[in-house]
Amino acid sequence: MTGRASVSRPVAMHAGMEVVPVRRWGRQALAVVVAVVVVTVVYGFATNPNIKWPVVGEFLLNAAIVDGLLGTLELTIWSMMFATLIAVVIAVMRLSDSRIISGFAAGYVFIFRGIPMIVLLILVGNLGLFFKTFSIGIPFTDITFIAIRTRDLMTPFVASIIGLSLAGSGYMAEIVRAGLLSVGRGQREAATALGCTPAATLRYIVLPQALKVLIPPMGNEMVSMLKATAVVSVIAGGDLLTAALGISGVNYRTIELLIVATIWYLLVITVLSIAQYFVERRSAEK
Amino acid sequence: MNPSLSTMAPGRTMASEQRDRTTPMVSIQSVEKVFGTSQVLFDIDLDVQAGETVCLIGPSGAGKSTLLRCINHLEKITRGSIRVDGSLVGYREHLGKLYELHESEAARQRLVTGMVFQQFNLFQHMTSIENVTFAAIKVLRLPKPEAIERARGLLDRVGLGHKMDSYPSQLSGGQQQRVAIARAMQMRPKVMLFDEPTSALDPELVGDVLEVMRDVARTSGMTLMVVTHEMGFAREVADRVVFMAEGRIVEVGTAREVLDNPAHDRTRDFLAAVLR
Repeated sequence: MTGRASVSRPVAMHAGMEVVPVRRWGRQALAVVVAVVVVTVVYGFATNPNIKWPVVGEFLLNAAIVDGLLGTLELTIWSMMFATLIAVVIAVMRLSDSRIISGFAAGYVFIFRGIPMIVLLILVGNLGLFFKTFSIGIPFTDITFIAIRTRDLMTPFVASIIGLSLAGSGYMAEIVRAGLLSVGRGQREAATALGCTPAATLRYIVLPQALKVLIPPMGNEMVSMLKATAVVSVIAGGDLLTAALGISGVNYRTIELLIVATIWYLLVITVLSIAQYFVERRSAEK
Repeated sequence: MNPSLSTMAPGRTMASEQRDRTTPMVSIQSVEKVFGTSQVLFDIDLDVQAGETVCLIGPSGAGKSTLLRCINHLEKITRGSIRVDGSLVGYREHLGKLYELHESEAARQRLVTGMVFQQFNLFQHMTSIENVTFAAIKVLRLPKPEAIERARGLLDRVGLGHKMDSYPSQLSGGQQQRVAIARAMQMRPKVMLFDEPTSALDPELVGDVLEVMRDVARTSGMTLMVVTHEMGFAREVADRVVFMAEGRIVEVGTAREVLDNPAHDRTRDFLAAVLR
């Protein structure tokens, strides 16, 4: 950053005269400040006597940590899948001509976007406290086909996926809706004029075109979802952070294990970002 | 030229001979259309015979496009009735009652008409050949090889045999509109509706599109309804010209009658402004 200003360039000549480049004193001063801050922070972490770096190295590939990492990835993939499915359904419902259907969708988005994710997760995780059994039957009658104790069904892992999916789908429904609206009316009319039903128009004409618009924001949602999985540690959802905190609860090396978790989160996010870059480039080529 | 095209509708001469005796292909009766608080069509009556080419002309806001869009039920009429090929648009008649069609039934009914839009509306994520084959495969359930063969013939015919694998964004407006015409023809409709097909084109591209439309009018035997500002095209191709203004039909007649010898001042004023 600072190096760039000090590189000596060949002297530019115009009309036989030397050109003096603009001196950007403010920018150079800021660059120095930034460099000093970065070096100080890194040095502070590296030499802090309270951080045992060998411990970080020791636990980076610890079996429990790797298990937790896999848990985080699993949570991310399942939650992302369910959230996307729900989001598409809600977004389509939101655009329905029926006020009840579009109203329901609006209410869904309002509720699940409004509740903080951590509250939602604790609620879902403790569902067994206020709904003792989960049953399938005819509403408002005593007829039931299946009844399971909520406690057995709602393992922390399942509760995590449900909580993350619900929270994520609220946001994603709005993204998908914007994507659907970005497909021009003319496209829908052309399909209609060719004899397509509304369902066929949605499936073959609107969704494929909306998808292209949706790839960048959905990639960001994926990264958000990955980070959000850390929140499930409040209900011991079996993720990376839960694993790291579990170990630090025993050996009291909290900072070291948080650093371990941080390294893994950044690594996975880097991989995701690279994947997103290639997917975006491919879809932009069309 | 293309054998598949000549079989799609009764031949033109036969239709002309029987014109007085057969029921019209499109029959519009006392149609009114209201959008919210503004009425855009007043008391429209018009019969179009099978194989006929009718051009609708008139100033913008006259309701020409709306009328066209009512014929294939993209818009719902407020009062009156429209029959296409004998069946009532948007309804099923049963025991003296009219049942509104479900969307899937309306979709099937729409197959009798084809439409070409001002803005082409080609599917942006599909190549030319995919645009043309899409509905034949997904709606008509034609076997893919047959749909492709038919589409190739049509794209050749509109002069775009070399652009089959191009996406709409890689084509000029005129080329896109010719693909759009092929796309509508692929479904072998009995009635083709053209909604200002050349209005969005650069002047030098208009000729190619009109040439294709002339070809369709002369050889396909289909019934054509064309909203246009191309008076030369109307004069040359139209069996009848309909002049509309402010939501009403002002006069109907042969191209010669309406364009060269208009009966109404309103028509005269319009033609003077357009042909100037």
